[in-house]
Amino acid sequence: MIAAIGLLIGVLAGLLLQPDVPIWLEPYLPIAVVAALDAVFGALRAFLDGIFDDKVFVVSFVSNVLIAALIVYLGDKLGVGGQLSTGVIVVLGIRIFSNVAAIRRHIFHA
Amino acid sequence: MSDPTPKSTDSERAPDGRSRLLGALQSTGSRGQVMVAVLLAVLGFAAVTQVHANGRDDAYVGARQGDLIQYINNLSLASQRTETEITKLQQTRDSLRNDAQSRRTALERARQQANALGILAGTEPAVGPGVRITVRGSAASVGTNQLLNGLEELRDAGAEVIEMNDKVRVVAQTSLSDASGGVLVDGQLLRPPFVIDAIGDPHTLSTAMDFTGGFISEVRDVGGKVSVEKRDRVEIVSMRNPSAPTYAKPAGTR
Repeated sequence: MIAAIGLLIGVLAGLLLQPDVPIWLEPYLPIAVVAALDAVFGALRAFLDGIFDDKVFVVSFVSNVLIAALIVYLGDKLGVGGQLSTGVIVVLGIRIFSNVAAIRRHIFHA
Repeated sequence: MSDPTPKSTDSERAPDGRSRLLGALQSTGSRGQVMVAVLLAVLGFAAVTQVHANGRDDAYVGARQGDLIQYINNLSLASQRTETEITKLQQTRDSLRNDAQSRRTALERARQQANALGILAGTEPAVGPGVRITVRGSAASVGTNQLLNGLEELRDAGAEVIEMNDKVRVVAQTSLSDASGGVLVDGQLLRPPFVIDAIGDPHTLSTAMDFTGGFISEVRDVGGKVSVEKRDRVEIVSMRNPSAPTYAKPAGTR
């Protein structure tokens, strides 16, 4: 319950404050958001599997975001930032889809 | 992906994923739930912010340095190409305009020359101020001698176009000869009274006719009568067919 309220509060805060994204953060934010989504869906699946652990979730969330940002940063330095971002998005997308499939099986038994 | 085996053991241990979710939604929360809530709040905030930034910004904000340089290069190349094209087209336009201008000038000059030559050669009708000279007298008395002198006087006085009896245009090649009952001008028999139309300054032309020993007194000597009438507008419509010279050729370009 509190988790859902937290999500709601975050969305509302973003809508109300409408902050500007700092320039240095601009390339990393989209990747970070997708990586965080991956962590959240993974956590939801683990919860439904009954193996959820909040410590694991926090670590995976933070490390996902950091690694995604790191990959983008490295890609920018190597001159393949765009391609690497695409690659990261694809991998995370696949993971999100498989997690959502598992969640769907749990909730709808289908 | 979960394979069926652990799932079945799962459902034996705990009732169901769905009931577990419902239970979590109803529970007031623990330390873990608060942690999750904080992270989800961060995620929601970041996602909404990013969606906003994406909607507001156009493609160039947040683009990488290399991409920006690429954009700028493309744009400057395109503008260079366009400018080259503009210069080329302007040059074409200028040269075309010059061409048309010079062609028009040449045409104008040629037309003026053709008009002048046509009037001289008698192939164009002409109009202008001048005099009308009427010579009365019998064909036996007034003849080639007097008329030739009269024509010479008119030319001396600057007559530009001369016509006799509204029928024959007098030009450089015109010939006069006596004939029975009149004068043969360019093969046409003219009978008295002779009417000479001349375009030129009316005053000069009329005075050229009228001096001691001039045309008028000459005709009077042989028993004829001359009347000179100054006119503001003399129309000469008789024309000669232009004839190409058979023997003479232009010598050189000028």
